[in-house]
Amino acid sequence: MTTPALALDDVAFTWPGQGGFSLTCPAFVVAPSERVLLLGASGSGKSTLLSLICGIVPATRGRVLVGGTDLGTLGTGGRDRFRVEQIGVIFQQFNLLPYATVIDNILLPLRFAPKRRTRAGVAVTEAARLCTALGLPGDVLHIQAGRLSVGQQQRVAVARALIGAPPLIVADEPTSALDAATQDSFLRLLFDRTTEAQSSLLMVSHDERLAPRFDRVLHLADLVNTERSAA
Amino acid sequence: MILRLAIGSLRARALTVGMTILAIALSVALFLGVEKIRTSARASFADTISGTDLIVGARSGSVQLLLYSVFRIGNATNNVTWESYQDIKARPEVDWIVPISLGDSHRQFRVMGTTSGFFEHYKYRGGRALEIPVGHGLEDLYDAVIGADVAASLGYSVGDPIIVSHGLASFTAHDDQPFRIAGIIAKTGTPVDRTVIVSLEAIEAIHVDWQTGAKSGQTTPREVIRDMDLTPTAITAALVGVKSRLQVFGLQRWVNDYPEEPVLAVLPGVALQELWQIVGVAETALIGVSAMVVVTALIGMMAMIFSSLNERRREMAIWRAMGARPSTILGLLVLEATLMAVVAALLGLGFLYLGLVIGQPWVDAAFGIWLPIEPPSLRDLLALGVVIGAAALTSLIPALRAYRLSLADGMMVRI
Repeated sequence: MTTPALALDDVAFTWPGQGGFSLTCPAFVVAPSERVLLLGASGSGKSTLLSLICGIVPATRGRVLVGGTDLGTLGTGGRDRFRVEQIGVIFQQFNLLPYATVIDNILLPLRFAPKRRTRAGVAVTEAARLCTALGLPGDVLHIQAGRLSVGQQQRVAVARALIGAPPLIVADEPTSALDAATQDSFLRLLFDRTTEAQSSLLMVSHDERLAPRFDRVLHLADLVNTERSAA
Repeated sequence: MILRLAIGSLRARALTVGMTILAIALSVALFLGVEKIRTSARASFADTISGTDLIVGARSGSVQLLLYSVFRIGNATNNVTWESYQDIKARPEVDWIVPISLGDSHRQFRVMGTTSGFFEHYKYRGGRALEIPVGHGLEDLYDAVIGADVAASLGYSVGDPIIVSHGLASFTAHDDQPFRIAGIIAKTGTPVDRTVIVSLEAIEAIHVDWQTGAKSGQTTPREVIRDMDLTPTAITAALVGVKSRLQVFGLQRWVNDYPEEPVLAVLPGVALQELWQIVGVAETALIGVSAMVVVTALIGMMAMIFSSLNERRREMAIWRAMGARPSTILGLLVLEATLMAVVAALLGLGFLYLGLVIGQPWVDAAFGIWLPIEPPSLRDLLALGVVIGAAALTSLIPALRAYRLSLADGMMVRI
């Protein structure tokens, strides 16, 4: 059996402080190259789960394995490094540093991930190739990211997540800032590139209409139990 | 790449960053400017007199004697009698002695009575002698030799008549006995530039008809005056050169112990040192104030970084998602502050030189302080380095807050 891209095993986490929000996840596995959609409204533990997967916060109990590596065995700095080596992240919006050029934005993760940089080959060429493949105009690379339309920015974010082909792509409602027509082409491009890079895709959304396009659809509520402890 | 992004980030906030840089730059320029004026003033003062071993005057403070005799600042409390002058002149240690008589003025400039020995023995800036490129020295009784600033600001040239006023800032003129400008001294950067020099006898001559500070009724014709004995009864001070430097202290002691009259002899260098001790307090205060202005500007920068933190939380989340550690974000903020400080320091240096170019002639004319335009001194560079270092240190405070914020926020900004 191949190593899953992501595996959560009996994970529990509580945010520190009074009235802390706590979350438990008995088991969750994403296979290599699998596309998984997590459906859930905000406040359902989405952010916490993604923070755990990305190693921003360590699990209080249990294990989070990304590409077979237990994040709990890594230090804080090690998790930062590991995250950028293994995971491409796409946010809902405001993905890019607005003052930096598109090319700098795309290459930024490679700055902190030497292995991923090696995988990317000639990084600038690869960035240009991704942009073209994502339907961005050829002269976009040296434009300040803040000047692009939201749709274009999201595509640049995809290029940034995919450069160096990280095994896992985490996308947090990447389409919610886009209109319906743009959403459609955006998702098609995202899927094509993810397939090409043989990366697994974990997308979180509240939009059930996206479901048919995915290999597997899970409701966040079925996956995790959340609890807001009274003070 | 990080550096490029930091610059991009600063450029994106050009207005606030620009204002902050401007504030720091101005404070740096002020600090360096004060330092410049301080060192130049010291140099100007120290350059004013050289080659003179002793200054002799009526007994007062040594600083006061130095100020009125050499710098024409303040007034003599008393005079030295001609007899005492002759006694000192007769001492075997004395190589040369030049009497000085002050008290009258022409417009805003002081008139100094002396002998032609002044042009021979007065030296400035490491032994340079006075030069009279236009005209000649004191030959006739009514000859006046004027300093370069006198000539420049009053538009005088050789041959022009010049009337000496009685006392300082006075409305009583010695208009019955006009002088003729015989020569103009080349610019020296010393108080000589702002002095009208006449002969000691001329000072006597114009006061012939004066008794106890007021003009008497009659006017003695100039021809009569020329035939009179114009030996002065008193002088203000005298510059003395000794034959051997070893004899300076012996002569000084002899003068200070002179039984006939209370007189004082000072070494110009020692008196200057005393002057620095007095001025030093004001200098320190001035430097302190300008240093506080720098500190204020740096605190302004800190406030600017603090206020930008909230709107930059999203940006930091992106950095974190891209693998930047919280320490990288801390470093990024410190880098930005350091960049700002470097630009501000260079800009401040630019302001300083701009100010020097504009202000140099004015400061020279108004205060007689020559501000040389030269590459920044090691001290200046050190000060700039300290400002940049202080900026980096100051930015640590908001940067640590950013560190904690980014640690707590992670990639998900919960606003």
